[in-house]
Amino acid sequence: MSTLILSTATRYLMPLLLLLSVHLLLRGHNEPGGGFVGGLVASAAFALYTIAHGVDQAKRMLRVDSKTLIGMGLFLALASGTFSLFAGDPFMTGLWMKEKLPTIGKVGTPVLFDAGVYCVVVGVTLTILFALAED
Amino acid sequence: MASLPALLTLYFAQYVPRTAAGECFIFKTPWASAAEVSLSFSLDGLSVLFALLISGIGTLVCIYSGDYLKDHPQRGRFFCTLFLFMGSMLGVVLADHGIVLFVFWELTSISSYLLIGFDHRREAARSAALQALLVTGAGGLALLAGLILLGQAGGSMELSTLVHRGEAVRSHPLHLAIFLLILVGAFTKSAQFPFHFWLPNAMEAPTPVSTYLHSATMVKAGIYLLARLAPIWEGASIWSQVLIPVGGLTLLTGAALALVQTDLKRLLAYTTVSALGIMTLLLGIGSVSALQAATAFLLAHALYKGALFLVVGILDHEAGTREVTELGGLGGAMPVTALAAALAALSSAGFPPFLGFLAKEGMYSATLQAPGAWLPTGMVLLASVSFVAAAGLVGFKPFLGPKITASRTPHEASFSLWIGPLTAGILGLLLGLMPGAASEYLIGPALSAIHPGTVSSTLALWHGFDIKLLLSGTVFLLGTAVYFHWPRVCRGLNFLNASGGFAPSRWYAFGLEALLRVSRFQTRILQSGHLHLYLLIVILTTIGLVGASLLDHDVHVGLGRWKDIRPHEAILVAVILAATVMVVRSPSRLTAVVALGVVGYGVAMIFLLFSAPDLAMTQLSIETLSVILLVLVIFRLPRYSSYSNKLERMRDAGVALTAGALMTALILAATALQREARLVDFFAKNTLELAQGRNVVNVILVDFRGVDTLGEITVLSVAAIGVYALLKLKDIRTNDTTPRND
Amino acid sequence: MEVVLAFVVGGLYAAGLYLMMRRSIVKIILGLALLGHAANLLLFTMGRLTRGHPPVLHEGDTQLLHPFADPIPEALILTAIVIGFGIQAFATALIRRSHEMMQTDDLDKMRASDSSD
Repeated sequence: MSTLILSTATRYLMPLLLLLSVHLLLRGHNEPGGGFVGGLVASAAFALYTIAHGVDQAKRMLRVDSKTLIGMGLFLALASGTFSLFAGDPFMTGLWMKEKLPTIGKVGTPVLFDAGVYCVVVGVTLTILFALAED
Repeated sequence: MASLPALLTLYFAQYVPRTAAGECFIFKTPWASAAEVSLSFSLDGLSVLFALLISGIGTLVCIYSGDYLKDHPQRGRFFCTLFLFMGSMLGVVLADHGIVLFVFWELTSISSYLLIGFDHRREAARSAALQALLVTGAGGLALLAGLILLGQAGGSMELSTLVHRGEAVRSHPLHLAIFLLILVGAFTKSAQFPFHFWLPNAMEAPTPVSTYLHSATMVKAGIYLLARLAPIWEGASIWSQVLIPVGGLTLLTGAALALVQTDLKRLLAYTTVSALGIMTLLLGIGSVSALQAATAFLLAHALYKGALFLVVGILDHEAGTREVTELGGLGGAMPVTALAAALAALSSAGFPPFLGFLAKEGMYSATLQAPGAWLPTGMVLLASVSFVAAAGLVGFKPFLGPKITASRTPHEASFSLWIGPLTAGILGLLLGLMPGAASEYLIGPALSAIHPGTVSSTLALWHGFDIKLLLSGTVFLLGTAVYFHWPRVCRGLNFLNASGGFAPSRWYAFGLEALLRVSRFQTRILQSGHLHLYLLIVILTTIGLVGASLLDHDVHVGLGRWKDIRPHEAILVAVILAATVMVVRSPSRLTAVVALGVVGYGVAMIFLLFSAPDLAMTQLSIETLSVILLVLVIFRLPRYSSYSNKLERMRDAGVALTAGALMTALILAATALQREARLVDFFAKNTLELAQGRNVVNVILVDFRGVDTLGEITVLSVAAIGVYALLKLKDIRTNDTTPRND
Repeated sequence: MEVVLAFVVGGLYAAGLYLMMRRSIVKIILGLALLGHAANLLLFTMGRLTRGHPPVLHEGDTQLLHPFADPIPEALILTAIVIGFGIQAFATALIRRSHEMMQTDDLDKMRASDSSD
């Protein structure tokens, strides 16, 4: 299925899509976007890459194992909820930094949670995709 | 191992002087507050007596089991379940809230199940465990219903409040149902006729378990419950009208069947059934002297029956058999065990000055004062004769007389084996010698809990020459006679065994078989193994239920609302519908997949048009991924083929269209109503202030409902792992079907 | 517009359920996907439709001002879409494996693994 046009196009599309996905993730709290959408866009980027270059290439591109990504994401989401416990609030109370960081914007535990969601979504879709494509 | 129950015993013992002074301790903490269930416990004289028995005999049993199961590979599991039982049983006797009582009640049934079936490789142990669980579990459900109704009738679920509201309960229209349901719970647990059959079968359990659960503690939970709730029915004629006959039947059944057993454990089990019958009978009589006798007998019975069971365990362990005919002359080899056995047996036979004697004297005086005095007295006398003979068979026969050569040479049991029965036996003697202390600290306080406001008369060893002493003497002589002529008595009564005196256990077997038949039958009907039939059933049921309630309500559909559609929206809707038809009708897989993609993108457009940009983006990315996924898979799947005939297709199409129409009607009806706006307003007002975000959808997902999202991504992860396992682990046992359970 | 969408949802339900009742396993996957769309649109329509006012606060506002679309069904649907994908993928994998193991795509012939009694 790999054609020259597709493989060349994905080579340039890939970084753009990944950048877009991170952008969607970070702006999600204030504008349409968020961890689910961001993760799906990133997964779509890898899916395109898989079709163009094959599973092995795509896996190398991802660097980490997709299943590890699921675990990391779940851990991140869970951990983001526990910060509030140290502050004496109930589990998963959102905590925010007072100052804005450059480019990322305001940082708080919900952003961390959303990043966890992002990782899980990428991990899940790619685990499924790779398993089906290799089969 | 034994230190935990020993400490508990001390803990409860320190309350004794205070409960004896009439204090009642209540401990309460909220649990399921929505259902108004709080974890409330109370400690009064009755609870303390039971708690002491549970933890005290528990201590002895733990010491004993340590040695008894010394080399058993699953000793850990044994102690684990034993402690589970101990905790639940303490819960039963301490609980003050009906629901809490029920929870612990069922926990004792479950731990009893695990303990009877401890030796789970034997079929007999498994079926006995199941039988005990089903009988007591069914009774537990009846109890639950009874307790809930009782709570409604009495206006409280706290037992300590309910006992003062007897008037309200007895005048409730459902009073009879409440009464009978609670009795079924108590009777199944305490092995009353006709539910008695599970107890002898439960002797499949290891002996320490039989000692602990099936003689000293668990089977008395029913008696405890009756005693606890007795004040509600104080003076009510229905109470004695039911309890006296049931108790009488139980005690006669147990007493007669005990004499035809040759297995010592089963023999003891039937005398336990009989003893439980006596307690029910005494509670049924309900006079102060009867309640006092019941409490004294409960204490005496727990001590001597526990000891006798432990002695049988030692005999089994050391001589290798429990058959009474194969045991004899072991006294020389096992002097300490023989002493313990003799102490317990004498108390059981009601020989002065043991506690058993005091209890029997109390019983006679209670039954003699009861209405129709000679009938209950006669029944109790018969049971007592049987007890004397049984005490002889268990406590003396194995140790006296000519030595019967057993398969192995018996020798004295180790310290940790004999200390238990010996302690219990000595306690039975000491309490008998100090009747004043026994009644002041243990029996009296328990009595005043059952029958508030009574000051019990002190138990005494010597009442002078009166009819009770005469009865005791006669019983003793008769019992001894039965003991010496036991083989003949046994043959004489053998028709009980042969004629299946166990009719109730046959009902049980019949009921179980019928249940299995029904479930097999309905499984064959409902679980046909055809997906489309399952779906048909589900869909038709939904259509029926939802349709009926739609028809039932006055629905304003408001079809006129369609006019606000705009041209581009109309085109979009047309495209979606056309693509949907194509998915269904297309003969080619690829066309169908593409058409499905069109539907998905169309839905995304709807989201976009109607103010849901987050959804639109998500739907678009998912749709892309889905198409890629399907393209990866679909060409490795077989081509389309039509398996069903035209008639089936028509039927399915009809059902599907009806269901679709129903959903349409549902939406029309629902959207015509005014909607609830409280929740929406909350999010609209607080999103920025509480969660510092402007995108409300995202804020709901990561902040307000973050725990839900956490659950959802966990589900996603599970799905991915499932896919991975399905596709990657196929090399392992491809052709191997998993073993089926039956 | 709710009225029109109600009919779209009904149509999607009918199509999805019809496909789910087929014996050919491929059609079941397609039916599942259609049912997913149907359920999402059902929720969406139940929350009422609003044109051009997403539930996002404008810069400078401290709270969402009317009119705006109901954010609750949107949040529900968002996760439902993603989970629906997970389920679809799982069903696909399941059907592929069973096809491989039993060499048929006729559901009625796939009974080797759950024979009764």
